[in-house]
Order: sequence, then structure tokens, then C-alpha cells
Amino acid sequence: MVIFWVYQKDNSDIMQFSKIPGIRNEHKVILFALSTCGWCKLVKQFLMENEVEYDYIDIDLSEENEKEEIRQIIRDRGGSVSFPTTIIDNKILITGFRKDKIKEALNF
Amino acid sequence: MTEISLEKIKERAEIDAKRNGYYLNPDPKFLKSLLQGLKKNEERYNYPSCPCRLASGKIEFDKDIICPCDYRDVDVIEFGACYCALYVDEKMHTGTIELSPVPERRPLEKQAKSYDSTTKEDQTKKSEIIEEAKVSKLKLWFCEQCGYVVYRDEPPLICPICRAKKEMFSKIKTQIIYSS
Repeated sequence: MVIFWVYQKDNSDIMQFSKIPGIRNEHKVILFALSTCGWCKLVKQFLMENEVEYDYIDIDLSEENEKEEIRQIIRDRGGSVSFPTTIIDNKILITGFRKDKIKEALNF
Repeated sequence: MTEISLEKIKERAEIDAKRNGYYLNPDPKFLKSLLQGLKKNEERYNYPSCPCRLASGKIEFDKDIICPCDYRDVDVIEFGACYCALYVDEKMHTGTIELSPVPERRPLEKQAKSYDSTTKEDQTKKSEIIEEAKVSKLKLWFCEQCGYVVYRDEPPLICPICRAKKEMFSKIKTQIIYSS
């Protein structure tokens, strides 16, 4: 099931995320991915298998201004702009498919 | 839109892996998702750009990430796999070492072309660009067995022409002599 959710930054730019519901929903998990990327699929699969609720955007399918916006979000948090990038509770940034880091950040 | 079959994409990658002494990703599911990604990119951009990198859709900006990308050889040598993990070395292939993410080595200035670069931060990036440019260590190498010449960071694992091993490659020293 996919529900659309809107993320607002500075009340100006609006981004559309796809939400994947899950039982583990105490943390806010955002995933920036590419629809073609194998590593991104692994993250999506890992989150789903562990029933983690998350919102994602496949950036290759996004509008041009959204791509730039996403780049800023990642850079602002000190990440290298590559995919998959997972942001937990708006502060922990994980570059790449790092099971252990995701688990640690989500306490399971 | 160019129609291309998944089999064709796979065959092309297999031939290239074999020629260069690499293997394809040993996990069938992972491999399939990468091949599907390449297929999608070839269909939408007309060239198979890396499935794990954001392409600009303009060939002049994306040519370094057309698979096999410019960074594959150095990444396979250093990490045992290329950035997207389509190509791996023997140890990864046999499962001696577990596959883990490969850091992005593509220069920031090239990555930036995939984004709307009309933004203010272009100024702040100048210093990073200079730093990245220094990293390139391309050299000319020749195969002592057959004479094949290649321009890259490290010699290939095997010679694509005569199959000689990496050790058979020597650096070509270039000297420029100015005469009056």
C-alpha cells in the first residue's frame, strides 16, 4: 500500500514521498533512492522485512527542482550525495546499504 | 525509446567481465535488479548509465558513468566491486569476502551536472573541484607480452587482448624533448 505524504521545508518547496507503512513507526525514516539502483532495493527490502515504516523518493523520477532540493537536504546534514541515503529522525544520515547502522539508529 | 532485452544487457556485461578478468554480481536477485536498472537507463537516456548514480540525461555530462564506468577498474581493484556492484573480482564472486557498499569516487563537479546547477553553492565548491582533480593518476601501461597499450590508474587484471596477467604490464615513461 502506498500513501502520499508531503514534506515541507521553509514552507516553499513541497516534495512527494511514497509511504510504506510498518509496525516499527516510532522513528521517522526517510529514504532517498534511485528506481534503478540495486543497493537502494536492498535498503527498501531490509526496511520492509523488519516492518519499519518509511517514506521514500526515487530521485531519478523526481522533478528537476526536487532533485536539487534533495541534494541540499543531504549536503546540509554532511552526507555525500549518493544513493541510497537514509535519514532517521531528521538528524542521523546513513549513506549506502548499512544494515548495522540502520539497526543501531532504530534500536533493534 | 530504444527497446533492448534484458538478455542482451546481460550478455554484454558477461562478455565485458570475461574480457577484463571480472565476474558479475554473484547474487542472482541483486544482479537482476542491476541489469533491469541498466535496461531502464538505456531505454530512457539511450545509453546504459550506471543504475546507482543519478544521470543528467545528457551524454556529454554522463559519459563517465556509462557502464562500464570510468571508475570500475579502480574500484574493483580497491574494493573488489564497482560502485553499483555489477562487476566484482574473484574473491567476491566466490563469496570469500562479503559484498559491502563502495564509496563514490566520481568527482563532485561531475555529480553536480545531474542537478539544477543554477544555485548559489557553486562558488563554495571550487576548492573541492581542485582537490578532486589532483586525485587522477592516469598513466600509460603496456602489456609486455602483446604490446597492448592502455591509459588508466592501474594496469588491468588481465590483458584483454592476450590474457596476460597484471604483472606483465609495465609503465610507459614519457619524455618530452624540446628542440630549438
